[in-house]
Amino acid sequence: MKEIYLDNNATTKVDEAVFEEMRPYFCELYGNPSSMHFFGGQVQNKVNEARQRVADLLGASPDEIIFTACGTESDNAAIRSALEVFPDRRHIVTSRVEHPAILTQCRNLRQKGYHVTEVGVDGAGRLDMDELKAAVTDDTAIVSLMWANNETGVIFPVEEAAAIAQAKGALFHSDAVQAIGKIPITMAASRIDMLSLSGHKLHAPKGIGVLYLRRGTPFRPFLVGGHQEKSRRAGTENAAAIIALGKACQLAGQYMAVENSVVKAMRDRLQDALMTAIPYARINGGGAERLPNTTSIAFEFVEGEAILLLLSEFGICASSGSACTSGSLEPSHVLRAMGVPFTCAHGSIRFSLSRFTTDAEIDTVIREMPPIIARLRQMSPFGREHL
Amino acid sequence: MWDYTPTVKDHFLNPRNVGDIPDADAVGEVGSLACGDALKLYLKLDDNKDKIVDAKFQTFGCASAIASSSALTEMVKGKTLDEALALSNQDIADFLGGLPEEKMHCSVMGQEALEVAIFKYRGMEIPQHDSEHDHGPAYPDYEGEIICKCFGITDAFLKKVIETNGLTTAEQVTNFTKAGGACGGCIPKIKDLIAQVLGEVAAKPRTRPEKLSNMKKMQLIQEVLERDIRPLLWADGGDLELIDIDGHNVQVAFRKACAGCASSGNTARMVELKLRDLVAEDIVVEEVSQ
Repeated sequence: MKEIYLDNNATTKVDEAVFEEMRPYFCELYGNPSSMHFFGGQVQNKVNEARQRVADLLGASPDEIIFTACGTESDNAAIRSALEVFPDRRHIVTSRVEHPAILTQCRNLRQKGYHVTEVGVDGAGRLDMDELKAAVTDDTAIVSLMWANNETGVIFPVEEAAAIAQAKGALFHSDAVQAIGKIPITMAASRIDMLSLSGHKLHAPKGIGVLYLRRGTPFRPFLVGGHQEKSRRAGTENAAAIIALGKACQLAGQYMAVENSVVKAMRDRLQDALMTAIPYARINGGGAERLPNTTSIAFEFVEGEAILLLLSEFGICASSGSACTSGSLEPSHVLRAMGVPFTCAHGSIRFSLSRFTTDAEIDTVIREMPPIIARLRQMSPFGREHL
Repeated sequence: MWDYTPTVKDHFLNPRNVGDIPDADAVGEVGSLACGDALKLYLKLDDNKDKIVDAKFQTFGCASAIASSSALTEMVKGKTLDEALALSNQDIADFLGGLPEEKMHCSVMGQEALEVAIFKYRGMEIPQHDSEHDHGPAYPDYEGEIICKCFGITDAFLKKVIETNGLTTAEQVTNFTKAGGACGGCIPKIKDLIAQVLGEVAAKPRTRPEKLSNMKKMQLIQEVLERDIRPLLWADGGDLELIDIDGHNVQVAFRKACAGCASSGNTARMVELKLRDLVAEDIVVEEVSQ
């Protein structure tokens, strides 16, 4: 069965051109970029080119790019660094809808005596800016807020938030894993101090990430050892993956317009068609500014795992905010923070598209989804009076 | 992705007996929208009001909840009410070729709906319990103190599931009942309940019988192994299996963490003392590798 892959916020297909770019750096050009000989030197040149390509996508300088192993490492490194840079500041501000890479770390730090404030969101998933202003104090070491939410695609006003953080002398970090490649970002014109990105969300392989570190921002490394990455992240460079990420960033820049026109149009068509065909549904975060590729729709009276498995019968890959898919028993913390009623939080489905998504695939989902929801509602003891 | 058996997949994709029975004799309803799963079970009885001639269900929930409901309706058809009441949640899971442990609560929900339906039909209505948690209780017919506020689960219900399934860890209790699976605030209380249930089992006055027939002796040995000894081993990740009983000779094989454990000799001695204490003083326990 051919897959219809609409789960690009989970991970993406490695672009063939990206794979071709990295292929020689395993069996042929396998030198260590740090070596003095020509054989390592040519890898070093290619790593430098990749660093430039990443910097170009972010509107940054190459020396502001630190390669890491994943988005989670970048997130961990940013927060740990801020706490070491400001040993007298014992407070962290984040939001209730962050990725576990941030939330779990903050909750662990809380047990070590740090104060953590998790700022709330409104029903559309928008950050409560008044709460944020009130939360940041002279004791705050770092404010970390995601650029765009992985479940709903809702975009946070990170520039405004960075200004609030800096007014109190705190550092500002943004987990931009979902935003990079989907919306244009120019770090040269930004106040953001640190930013995380992950290769496998933009058609590079898994196992490569970046921590953007603004020039002049004080930093303490998370991994110490050799001098790699200007001693800011020790460990032999994952050269092939770095080279792949460079290519992926170059392509992301080229396809940015496509993401915001063609992909967005497909997303809107999917969302509109489903909302028209299926009663008792609502778009999570529908009232907010969102990523062009993401839509999360809550279907009342049915449960997400059952929907996903029936979609899977048609090769359709999506994701759910429901509890049952993850092994945890509560619906997603993002939907709960938004106050999505329990009656439909369990039946939320996220479709996340990419530039590889086709109109024919969207047609298939539009055709197959309404009968799946109807079938499960026929089976459900709830909402029968509405059917 | 969950590793569902072909039977689970079949009952999810082709559920049997979906729907309602307008003139049902017995109806059992458990779970709620807020909990993430719910089941309404309808039973139709024969003219003697004894045998279940038809069963239908409506379920809101994941694939294993739907499959468990479908399996339940197939299992109870043709059974008398007493036979149906004897079904356990494990029987439902077995019928499906097993469920992932995280999904065992789906089989518990099925068994529960069946019990509620039959109890209500027989007029054994249990008074509703008022509680202050944020949504309706998952098993409203089990009165008691609400332990898990997130899912509205009472101590009475938890104790029953702990006891019938021989659960020994809080994680198992979450997998079987969902209790403790959300905020986790009640996990210490769940641990207390497990200790309580294990304690009650142990605390029942037990004396060694004066005289035992061979048959009775074998039964008692098995019972002591199941009730008193295996749960202790489970707590350390171990287990044992009864291989043979020959007169006063009891042969056991250690499993899991106990197998090859350097102190299994001590464990065998512990088993022997317990059996001498509760069954007969001439018992000899022998460890065999089988």
